[in-house]
Amino acid sequence: MSRWNEEFFIEKGLLLTAVSSIIIITLIIVFIFKEGLPAIQSYGFINFIFGMDWAPSSGQYGVFPMIIGSLGITALSLLMAVPLGILCAIFLAEVAPARMRKILNPTIQTLAGIPSVVYGFFGLILLVPFMRIHFGGTGFSMFTASIILTIMILPIIVSVSEDAIRSIPQEYKEASLALGATHWQTIKNVIFPAAIPGVITSVILGMGRAIGETLAIIMVAGNVVQIPGSIMDPVRALTSNIAIEMGYATGIHYNALFATGIVLIFMIIILLVLANYLHYKKKVTVGGGYL
Amino acid sequence: MEYIIEAENLNVYFDELHILKGVSLKIPKNTVTALIGPSGCGKSTFIRTLNRMNDLISTFRMDGTVLLDGEDIYNPKVDVVDLRKRVGMVFQKPNPFPKSIFDNVAYGLRVHGINDKDILEHKVEEALKGAALWDEVENILDKSAMGLSGGQQQRLCIARTIAVEPEVILMDEPCSALDPISTTKIEDLIHKLKKDYTIIIVTHNMQQATRVSKYAAFFLHGEIVENGRTEQIFLEPCDQRTEDYITGRFG
Repeated sequence: MSRWNEEFFIEKGLLLTAVSSIIIITLIIVFIFKEGLPAIQSYGFINFIFGMDWAPSSGQYGVFPMIIGSLGITALSLLMAVPLGILCAIFLAEVAPARMRKILNPTIQTLAGIPSVVYGFFGLILLVPFMRIHFGGTGFSMFTASIILTIMILPIIVSVSEDAIRSIPQEYKEASLALGATHWQTIKNVIFPAAIPGVITSVILGMGRAIGETLAIIMVAGNVVQIPGSIMDPVRALTSNIAIEMGYATGIHYNALFATGIVLIFMIIILLVLANYLHYKKKVTVGGGYL
Repeated sequence: MEYIIEAENLNVYFDELHILKGVSLKIPKNTVTALIGPSGCGKSTFIRTLNRMNDLISTFRMDGTVLLDGEDIYNPKVDVVDLRKRVGMVFQKPNPFPKSIFDNVAYGLRVHGINDKDILEHKVEEALKGAALWDEVENILDKSAMGLSGGQQQRLCIARTIAVEPEVILMDEPCSALDPISTTKIEDLIHKLKKDYTIIIVTHNMQQATRVSKYAAFFLHGEIVENGRTEQIFLEPCDQRTEDYITGRFG
């Protein structure tokens, strides 16, 4: 085969794979909309999004409590995982001795790979009874789900943030130390601020996993459709709603579950746009050609 | 003559590599001393030993003594942070922080606890004037330092260094990444700064060494072959190897 032909086939082959993956995703989204929109149409957009009651047997399909549930669980877990994860990343990138890092890094990566059902099972068997004994109630709650999610997204935040911190040029560190700054001052004032765009990326990835998580949350969140009065109340997430009811849903109920999926898709889009905007803005203000 | 730095029989190792071999050198106060020699001869390692920058490298080991104003800087009681405040450093590649011009110069002052706005503004202006950069950046102090040209960035790094009022400024090939005009500006600046500071400059540029320095030391394979007044080293070197190097026969 001539060199020209080879180039031609490689380029077209790459184009084909790219186009086919885009087409597959588009088809899936089209299908979800096709199945979900009838429910929104027949029940009413406002009623569906802001409706307080989800009772398929009596024909009520309001997902608002579940939107709150999903957002609440995600926000609460980010609230715990982000500070912890960032501090852990700083420790690993800047403070930990090389040998310790060699042990901890693969461990953290392994933690990121454990299937969610394992975390959920752990939560169900250990965390739920623990919460029941120490905080009262059933132990199934938004808070319990957030703790499990925190554990699940920590590895992502730690490893991506650590990479971001580690990729900051050594010159910045040397410049700061050469001016008589301490190591901690250097981390706080130079290294970490320069790494913020990468740290935001880690938070976006963690958030994506948190909001999409289903199984582990079903096992510990309690799944009651209600707006929680406190973080110790049970909640149901949008993802859980689909998974719990898909086995027996028919007719408009079936369409309503797909509509739940549509809501989930838009929620994720909005959160990602917000997060990317933050990331972009931060990158512009810090300047420089890295990351 | 008054010496500010006295290195005595200095040996530096990275792992098994013996980088500096029994180096002894006295640096006179308020003058410019140039360190010349081919790449990899230990010049940079030597100046990085003077502000303990090599401490960052885990495989670094050394013996011998380095005295700053008569005090051993490798004494365990010495505060490294304080030492680096007294011995500033300008790097080969301009390395301003990704912050505003003002914040770059104010950085060193802030980490040493100066937060008063008036004092900061005054000192930043003074340092930028001292580094011959004030006229160019006066109106863009809040803009990112990354937008400056390479030569301006390097002068900003010098301003940042002199803002904390060190006694010694180490310069590690400060002009190697710059164009000839920027280089001239930095050299003029060095002439101006030597009244107040002791400057040790590593350079690969022989002409630059003769232009800016009063004393020079020729490094080769981790040893000092010859040191003394710059014109004597360049005009009547005692050692054949020095003559070979400065006339361009190797290196």
